[in-house]
Amino acid sequence: MAMIEMKNVSKWYGSFQVLKDCTTQVEKGEVIVVCGPSGSGKSTLIKCVNGLEPIQQGEVVVNGVSVGAKTTNLPQLRAKIGMVFQNFELFPHMSVTANLNLAQIKVLGRSPEEATEKSHALLKRVGLIDQAKKFPGQLSGGQQQRVAIARGLAMDPIAMLFDEPTSALDPEMINEVLDVMVELATEGMTMMVVSHEMGFARKVANRVIFMDEGEIVEDATKDDFFGTPRSDRAQQFLSKILHH
Amino acid sequence: MFAGFDFDVIQRALPYLWQGMLFTLGLTALAMVGGIILGTLLALMRLSSFKAVSLPASAYVNLLRSTPLILVIFWFYFLVPIAIKQISGDSYAQGIGPFHSALIAFTLFEAAYYCEIIRAGIQSVPAGQVNAAYALGLNYWQATIQIVLPQAFRNMVPILLTQGIILFQDTSLVYVVGLTDFMGAASKVAQRDGRLVEMYLFAALVYFIFCFIGSYAVKRLQLRITPPR
Repeated sequence: MAMIEMKNVSKWYGSFQVLKDCTTQVEKGEVIVVCGPSGSGKSTLIKCVNGLEPIQQGEVVVNGVSVGAKTTNLPQLRAKIGMVFQNFELFPHMSVTANLNLAQIKVLGRSPEEATEKSHALLKRVGLIDQAKKFPGQLSGGQQQRVAIARGLAMDPIAMLFDEPTSALDPEMINEVLDVMVELATEGMTMMVVSHEMGFARKVANRVIFMDEGEIVEDATKDDFFGTPRSDRAQQFLSKILHH
Repeated sequence: MFAGFDFDVIQRALPYLWQGMLFTLGLTALAMVGGIILGTLLALMRLSSFKAVSLPASAYVNLLRSTPLILVIFWFYFLVPIAIKQISGDSYAQGIGPFHSALIAFTLFEAAYYCEIIRAGIQSVPAGQVNAAYALGLNYWQATIQIVLPQAFRNMVPILLTQGIILFQDTSLVYVVGLTDFMGAASKVAQRDGRLVEMYLFAALVYFIFCFIGSYAVKRLQLRITPPR
């Protein structure tokens, strides 16, 4: 059974169709990179996985649980799926530690001491233990994104979703975030990553999904994708982003 | 200009005026707290995607905001006892007294205004923050209480307090139900002693000082609580 399964997913904003019959799956331990031009529905697709975006047709199943089903306890399901956003979305009114502790205490029912211990271990791991008492606004973008990754990991997730984790960062900060992600991938975390970082894809992805105009145009193994992308659109896209 | 001015009138009336001021401050504080609590609930209702929840809140806010405050105070003073008699069937049933009826009237009236302020504050919190909260597994109430409202209130504190200053001035309307606030006390002394100029100038000065200090505090607070972004 796949960890994440999307079956014929379609979604409309009014009469505009953002997702067209998307089908794919992510196996346990797999790293999938989703790329494509802006407005192609990548972010919408990944937000369907934890139900942040409702879908009108098709089905998304995570770890055997249907995300859209009325009987599904969505908060409980989401707690098991970490998510990292383009704009970090750390809570600005809470310290770094409090950001990591919040859901551990409120959702998982951990004691504040347990949560803090876990948070500090993760902050050490992303190299930010010195910043534990600071507020998000006092950190650089790269640091904030690493805190956001740690916040996701604090919930002991079964999979991590990344929605363009490096596209809001200054160039010199991209690598510090990618390094953390590569480490996660090599440790066997199941990951679905919307990103244009083809270097990252080459290094750790199992498969690459290419989307255009709401469709999954290509869903290929990394070697196939970078070797001989079958569609013209994927070839054009690659030649545009790889040449600088 | 101050040749015929009788400062002694003011001094003699001070204890009485102070009683009035305590009443004014008490009513302002209670109505503000009640108004903000009720206003927050109304704002959350108005922002609900369920029509059955948002429509009653919208209707309430629009009704109260298109009614003069003095009329709302009157209603509660005169209509609530009638309603109580109707409901209980006891024609000798007592009303709830002028203070409580005024307090309820102010709370309900202010809630309509606070609702609109708080609604704007809630909407000023980026949608990504709510998504991040949901993605961590927080439910609606947890996300609202832990993430949305703290940020919303931080953005709103100045305007909430400004509304409080307006409320402080508006409490002088309680004279219509026979209550004596600071303004009412000053007015009574002025009439009794025939010292209109002294008392009304003094009242204006006191209102000015309180409101000026209030505005200054708002400004200072605003600087202190703005979180680094």
